Amino acid sequence: MNKTVNQKAWFLVLPVIILVAFNAIIPLMTVVNYSLQETFGDNTFFWSGVRWYEDILHSPRFWASLGRQLFFTFTILFIEVPLGVAIALTMPKKGPWVSVCLVLMSLPLLIPWNVVGAMWNIFALPDIGLLGNWLNAVGFDFNFTRQTGDAWFTLITMDVWHWTSLVVLLAYAGLVSIPDAYYQAALIDGASKWKIFRFIQLPKMKRVLTIAILLRFMDSFNIYTEPKVLTGGGPGNATTLLSIDLDKIALGQFDLGPAGAMSLIYFLIILLTSWIFYTLMMRNEEQ
Amino acid sequence: MAKITLNDLRHSYMADPKVPADYALKKLDVEWRDGGAYALLGPSGCGKTTLLNIISGLLIPSHGQVLFGDRDVTKLPTDERNIAQVFQFPVVYDTMSVYDNLAFPLRNRGVSEDQVDKRVRIIAEMTDLTGMLKQRASGLSADGKQKISLGRGLVREDVNVIMFDEPLTVIDPHLKWLLRSKLKELHQRLGTTMIYVTHDQTEALTFADQVVVMKDGEVVQIGTPVELFEKPRHTFVGHFIGSPGMNIMPCNVKGGEVAVGGTAISVDNASALSGKSGAFELGVRPEFTTFAKSGLPVQISKVTDTGRSRIVDARHDGRSIKLLVEEGQLIPDGSAFLAFDKAHAQVYADGWLVE
Repeated sequence: MNKTVNQKAWFLVLPVIILVAFNAIIPLMTVVNYSLQETFGDNTFFWSGVRWYEDILHSPRFWASLGRQLFFTFTILFIEVPLGVAIALTMPKKGPWVSVCLVLMSLPLLIPWNVVGAMWNIFALPDIGLLGNWLNAVGFDFNFTRQTGDAWFTLITMDVWHWTSLVVLLAYAGLVSIPDAYYQAALIDGASKWKIFRFIQLPKMKRVLTIAILLRFMDSFNIYTEPKVLTGGGPGNATTLLSIDLDKIALGQFDLGPAGAMSLIYFLIILLTSWIFYTLMMRNEEQ
Repeated sequence: MAKITLNDLRHSYMADPKVPADYALKKLDVEWRDGGAYALLGPSGCGKTTLLNIISGLLIPSHGQVLFGDRDVTKLPTDERNIAQVFQFPVVYDTMSVYDNLAFPLRNRGVSEDQVDKRVRIIAEMTDLTGMLKQRASGLSADGKQKISLGRGLVREDVNVIMFDEPLTVIDPHLKWLLRSKLKELHQRLGTTMIYVTHDQTEALTFADQVVVMKDGEVVQIGTPVELFEKPRHTFVGHFIGSPGMNIMPCNVKGGEVAVGGTAISVDNASALSGKSGAFELGVRPEFTTFAKSGLPVQISKVTDTGRSRIVDARHDGRSIKLLVEEGQLIPDGSAFLAFDKAHAQVYADGWLVE
């Protein structure tokens, strides 16, 4: 049978193409446009090639922000994933407390990001904040607006508070999907609690944990609102993560060219790392 | 190894059971001989799995005792009972190799590595897993995984009992037969007590020396396959075991005389009938029902050819009576008379055999 070529099908995908064009391709191409040109603000543009990219990649400021970003992301991953799994393990599997726990866990996720930032900002203020005041009262010299360590401590605690729930919920979903027969078989095989975790619960949670790590990686690498409200990148540049640095270049200094180039580098880093993560974890799965 | 005794065992999943219907198990007194091959047979929801979980310690019964030998283990946790259990759906440890899966129950009990290796190889040989020992367990097909589950159940030598909870549900039909005879063979070789739960009569009858038939949380009959076939103690057993099941028809009993619709029938348990009351029923298997010159008048309504024999569906008073007719024998047209083998015809009162 001959297949007839019918180009009408293109019309059917047209709405999607238009939608994607307006919310992704056009904005992205605008950024590409900026990153390859120089402008002096009166809407005149001059071609500058890959100069901005070279500038960014040679700028110590960019590498410092990237370093802080990586430190932030890996610290919160190292805390949130084990903590989330641990909390999920202690949650009840059935009974009336299940819904109570689930609602309690979801609460932080429901709060708007800038509100989270504002909450923690006030909470941690050394003079009037509950946490800050209390820390000082028990003898710590705590001031997150002045001291780098304190700023990082507050930033990371805030993120752990805000996002561990996501890991908990995903891990919990993985845990409750394990059939009872596995636990019964493990009892009969004489497995210890640790072995049950190591050989049943952890392998069965692997898929959801992969997703949890991937989501937390991407989200924390993109994080902007909360640190912006909490510390604004300070004290000095101490908590200036990539997104905040980008914001300073693009909207503070109005250097659209370097900001465009940096955005694209930023975007590629996330894309590449997520892809590597995903491929590695899925390949493990198949083996 | 030890004899297992269930003493006045009752269990309810409810907190405060009152009427008998609240109980998943109603008063069981069963003794499982050491080294026996038992099948626990009954329809879904009759309490088979509950009973199994009580023996393995996954469930603590609401009343009664479980004894291993003379030792009361009713409240003992699973790992202290030294039992093995194979579940309906395969349970494998995905991240381990087939070898490590089989070795797991031994290693958890601190068995030395060379002893582990010896046992694993023997069991792998028995379950046809030798070629796959190095593979990861997650990559196996459903029946391969179930073989691992079986293997893990068999790997410990000193268990009190091995229990199988409908282990062949997920297995392909042709492999089912193979694995079933394998289990039978393993029982003969190992001599461990085995309890095999199933709702499939063929599985139960081929595997077990003794079949325990359960219905609604009660044991209806314990007996050899032959006893269950020839002398079912309850109409349920008669109907549940055999294909087609036993013919059950209401009958009148007066003195020692039994009659179905005006036709006198001689039965095996006639002497026990005097003084008994209840709703009487006559039970005769299709195998022991034949055409005769005179007897119970019937109309032939349907003949089904099963190859080796034919199942004749005859009707008396609107009620179906089946009989098995060997190949080559003539089947009369229209009306006929039926005779029953006296030795295999018995009267039931309220469902129970009159004894």
